[in-house]
Amino acid sequence: MAYDEVLRGYEPVLGLETHVELGTRSKMFCSCATAFGAEPNTQVCPVCLALPGSLPVVNGVAVESAIRLGLALNCSVASWCRFARKNYFYPDMPKNYQISQYDEPLCFDGHLDITVDTPDGPREFRIEIERVHMEEDTGKTAHMGGATGRIHGAEYSIVDYNRAGIPLLEIVTRPIENTGDLAPLVARAYVSELRELVRSLGISDVRMEEGSMRCDVNVSLMPRGATEWGTRSETKNVNSLRSVERAVRHEIERQGGVLSAGGRVVQETRHFQENTGGTVSGRSKEEAQDYRYFPDPDLVPVAPAAEWVEELRAALPELPAARRRRIKAEWNLSDEELRDLVNADAIGLVAETVEAGAPPADARKWWLNELSRRATEAGTELSALAITPAQVARVAALVAEGALTNKLARQVVEGVLAGEGDPDAVVEARGLKVVNDDSALGAAVDQAIADNADAAEKVRGGKVAAAGALVGAVMKATRGQADAGRARQLILERLGVQG
Amino acid sequence: MSELIRLTAAELGAAIASGETSAVEAAQAYLDRIDAVDGEVNAFLHVATEGALEQARAVDARRAAGEDLGPLAGVPVAHKDVFSTKDMPTTAASRILEGWQPPYDATVTARLRDAGLVILGKTNMDEFAMGSSTENSAYGPTRNPWDLDRVPGGSSGGSSAAVAAFEAPLATGTDTGGSIRQPAAVCGLVGAKPTYGGSSRYGLIAFASSLDTPGPFARNVLDAALLHEAFSGHDPRDSTSVDAPVPRVVEAAKRADIAGMRVGIVRELSGEGYQAGVLERFHEAVELLESLGAKVVEVSCPSFATALPAYYLIAPSECSSNLARFDAMRYGLRVGDDGTRGAEEVMSLTRAEGFGPEVKRRIILGTYALSSGYYDAYYGSAQQVRTLIKRDYDAAFEQVDVLVSPTTPTTAFPIGERADDPMAMYLADLCTIPTNLAGNAALSVPCGLAAEDGLPVGLQVMAPALADDRTYLVGAAVEAALKDRWGGDLLSRSAFAV
Ligand SMILES: [Zn+2]
Repeated sequence: MAYDEVLRGYEPVLGLETHVELGTRSKMFCSCATAFGAEPNTQVCPVCLALPGSLPVVNGVAVESAIRLGLALNCSVASWCRFARKNYFYPDMPKNYQISQYDEPLCFDGHLDITVDTPDGPREFRIEIERVHMEEDTGKTAHMGGATGRIHGAEYSIVDYNRAGIPLLEIVTRPIENTGDLAPLVARAYVSELRELVRSLGISDVRMEEGSMRCDVNVSLMPRGATEWGTRSETKNVNSLRSVERAVRHEIERQGGVLSAGGRVVQETRHFQENTGGTVSGRSKEEAQDYRYFPDPDLVPVAPAAEWVEELRAALPELPAARRRRIKAEWNLSDEELRDLVNADAIGLVAETVEAGAPPADARKWWLNELSRRATEAGTELSALAITPAQVARVAALVAEGALTNKLARQVVEGVLAGEGDPDAVVEARGLKVVNDDSALGAAVDQAIADNADAAEKVRGGKVAAAGALVGAVMKATRGQADAGRARQLILERLGVQG
Repeated sequence: MSELIRLTAAELGAAIASGETSAVEAAQAYLDRIDAVDGEVNAFLHVATEGALEQARAVDARRAAGEDLGPLAGVPVAHKDVFSTKDMPTTAASRILEGWQPPYDATVTARLRDAGLVILGKTNMDEFAMGSSTENSAYGPTRNPWDLDRVPGGSSGGSSAAVAAFEAPLATGTDTGGSIRQPAAVCGLVGAKPTYGGSSRYGLIAFASSLDTPGPFARNVLDAALLHEAFSGHDPRDSTSVDAPVPRVVEAAKRADIAGMRVGIVRELSGEGYQAGVLERFHEAVELLESLGAKVVEVSCPSFATALPAYYLIAPSECSSNLARFDAMRYGLRVGDDGTRGAEEVMSLTRAEGFGPEVKRRIILGTYALSSGYYDAYYGSAQQVRTLIKRDYDAAFEQVDVLVSPTTPTTAFPIGERADDPMAMYLADLCTIPTNLAGNAALSVPCGLAAEDGLPVGLQVMAPALADDRTYLVGAAVEAALKDRWGGDLLSRSAFAV
C-alpha cells in the first residue's frame, strides 16, 4: 500500500533496540583479545568457550563504558544491579545461556534529542531511552555447502567463537509516537545520533557494516484517533542508517496493506533484505521462547559508587549536539552547511581534520566532495574509508603549501585509500610533488617587509623575535595558507639573519 | 607399605621433609594400596600411576635442590573428578564427559600442585555431584570400606572411601548440600565445608554455583586443616571468591582448646526421623563438649525446616542452566551426528544418552522452577527462604560461637536402598543443607559408632562465614578427647584398617 495513503489512516509507533559492540581490548568476561577479523577460533579461552568449570569475571572497562553512555544519554545509573542468565540453546552460544541484564539494567530512564529535516525546516524530537544494559555477544555460524549460505540446504555449519563474549551494550528506546510520515527519518536520525554519541565517547568504532552496531526495529500501526497500539513486528539486525529508514518505511507500507485488507499483523521477528529493501518473516513471537532469566550466581552485583559515577560524568567529552552548536558558530556555518555535514555523517571527521591542522573550509571540502564521492563509489560509509582525518589534514597542508595542486592531491588521496601509506609516502612513491616555488610566498614576504619597516629593522638589528610580526603579516596576506615556518625562513634570509 | 600409609598426612609430610622417606616412596605405597583394594572399593575413576610418580619425583628433586616446601609437600592426595586437571581425564562421573581431558587446571588443582601434593588420581562421585550415595556415578557405585554393601555417602563418596580405605591420606571434595560432610560422617572421617567463596570454584565443574564449595577430607582434624589451607584463599578468576585472609584453621586444629566456648544445639536438627544410635552418639558428644569446658545451650532455627525444599529448588535451577553447555558442540559425547541431523537434534540425542536419570530429574525440576509464571513461586520464594535461614544463623551466632548437630540423620545406608526413592535420598542432607544456603562454614568430625549397626556417626560443627577456624577448634577438641576414650583412632576399628 502506498506510504502516504497508509499514513492518512494510521499512526506509526516505533521502538529501537540497538546493540553496540564495545571496543574494549578484552572480552566481557575473560581476557581474550577482541580484534576484528582474526583467524577463526584464535581468540578463545576456557571461559568464552564455556569449558566445564570455567567462570566469568566482569570487565571493568565495559562497565565504565556502559555508565558513560548512560550518562551521555541522560540516564539514571543504578547503584546496585546484577547480571542475569538468558537461557536458550543455540549452537553459536557456548554456554547455551547469554549473560545479560534483565530487570536490573545498569542505566535507565534517559533521553536523546534528535533533529529531522523537513520541508518546513528542522524539527526536534526527544527519544526516551528505557534502558542501557550490558551483555555478551555470541559466536558466528557459517552454513557451508548450500547455494544460499543459509542453514536451509546447507551440508554442514561451522562456528567461529572469536566473537563469543565480546561486550555489547543494548540501548532500548521507549515507544516513539507522533512521528507521522517522518517515522523513517526519525528512526534514522536516532540511530545516527546514537552512533555519533557512542563515537564521541570513544567506546566503540560503531561500524555498522562490520556489525559493531546493529539495530532491531520495532514498528506497529494504530488507526488515527485510536489509543491502543497495534501489534508490532521486530525487524532484526538492520545494519546501516539507510536500511533503518527503509525498514521502517517498508513495515509501515506492509502493515498498512495487511490492515487495510482487513488482515491482522502477526507479532513476529522479520529479516531485512538489503537487495530489495523489504522484510521477510522469521520466527513468530507467538512460539517465542521462555528465557528463564535468573540472576547469574557466578557474578557479584555491579555497584558503582556514586562518587565514581560523578567523576565519569564530569569527565564526559563534549557531546555531539554541543559540538555541532559550537562548530556551527566557530566555522560560521549556515543551517544548510551544517545539515550537509550531519547528513554526510562527516561532522566528527571534519572536526578531527581541523584538529589535525586543516582549515575548516578545506576539511569540509575534502570530506563532502572528493571523499563522499569515493565512499559512494565504494558503497561504504565515510568513516569506513581507509583514510584518517590526520591524513586528510596533511593532504590539505600539502596543497596549501603549494606542494600539491588539487588534481595531484586527489591522486594522493587515491593512493592513501589504496593502502599505499601516508600522504607523504604516496607523494614520494608516485613522484607527485610539484617543484616547490617560493615566488608567491616570496612576494608576500617582500610586501610584508616593505609594509613593516620598523619590525624589519629590529630583526636586522638582531631582535629575531620581532620576525613574528612579519610572519603574521604574511599569514594574513595569504589568508593563512602559507607555510609559516617557510615564511619565517624566507624573512630571516632576506633580512640577512641566521634563524 | 602399611607403615607409610598408617602415618597421618602431617607425619608423612614431616617424614618426607626430614628425608626419612621420600615422596616417591609415599606415592608408591599408596599406589600399591590402591592396586590392592580399589577393585573392591571402586573409589577411583582414574589412577594416575605414572603421573603421580612423576610428580613425586619432581617434589623430591625440589627438596634436594634446597627449595623450602610446605608441610604437605610429597604427600599424596585423591582428587575428586569434578576438578579440572590438564593431565588427567575429568568427567564428573558422567557419560557425557567420558574421556574429556581439559586444557587447564582448576585453581584448587593448581594449588595442590604448588604445595607439592601428589595427585594419585580422580575419585568417583555422583554424576555432576548430584546425589548422596555415589550410586549416581555413570561408572558404578563406590562402596563404603566399613561395610562394602553400604554407600560411602555422596556426592564425594569416592574421596571419602579412598581416605577411609587408606588409599590416600587426604582427598578433595566439593560440598553443595553436604557432599563432603555427609560422606565424611558415614565413612568415619573429618570433612570440612569451608565458607562459601573461601576456596575457589574456578575449574570446578559447576553443579549449583551459589552453593558449591571445595573442601578437604582427612583421617584427622589437623590433616584436614593442612589441606584446607593448602588450596584455599582468594582467586581473582572466581568473582565469588572472598578477598580475605584464609581463617587460621591449622593453628585452631593444634590449639584444640574450647574452655569457655559457647556451643548451641540446634533444636530443629535432631529428634524424630533420626536413627537412635546417631542421636545417642550425638548427645554423648555434647556432654563431652561440656566436660571440656564449653557452655552448651539449645537454640532454635525455625527456618531450617524449609531448607530442604528451598535447596531442591535453588540447586536444580542453577544446575539446569549450568549443564546447558553440555551440548556436543565443543567437547564430550556426541550422539547421532551422522550427517542427516541438525545441531539441535544432535544436542538432544546427546543429552538424552549422556546424562543419567538423577541429572535429568534435576534439570527438568530446575527448568520448571525458572519458567516464566513459576519463577516467583519457586525460585523467588526459595531465595527468600535462604534469607530467613541466614537470619536464623545470624541470630543464633549472637548467642553462641558454634552450632552443633548430627551430620546425618542415619549412618550409611545399604547400596540400592534409596536408589528409587529420591525423597529418602534427599533426606540424607537434612542437617548439612542449611550451612550451604547461608554460605557459612561447617565441619564433620567422627563421634563414635552407632550401637545398632556399628557404623560411624559424625558430629557437625557450624560457624559463621569466615570463622572456619572455630569448627576446627571444636573438631580437634572432640577428636582428642574421644581418642583418649577409645584408646586410638575410630578408623582402626574399620575392616580396612591397616
Ligand atoms: Zn576468552
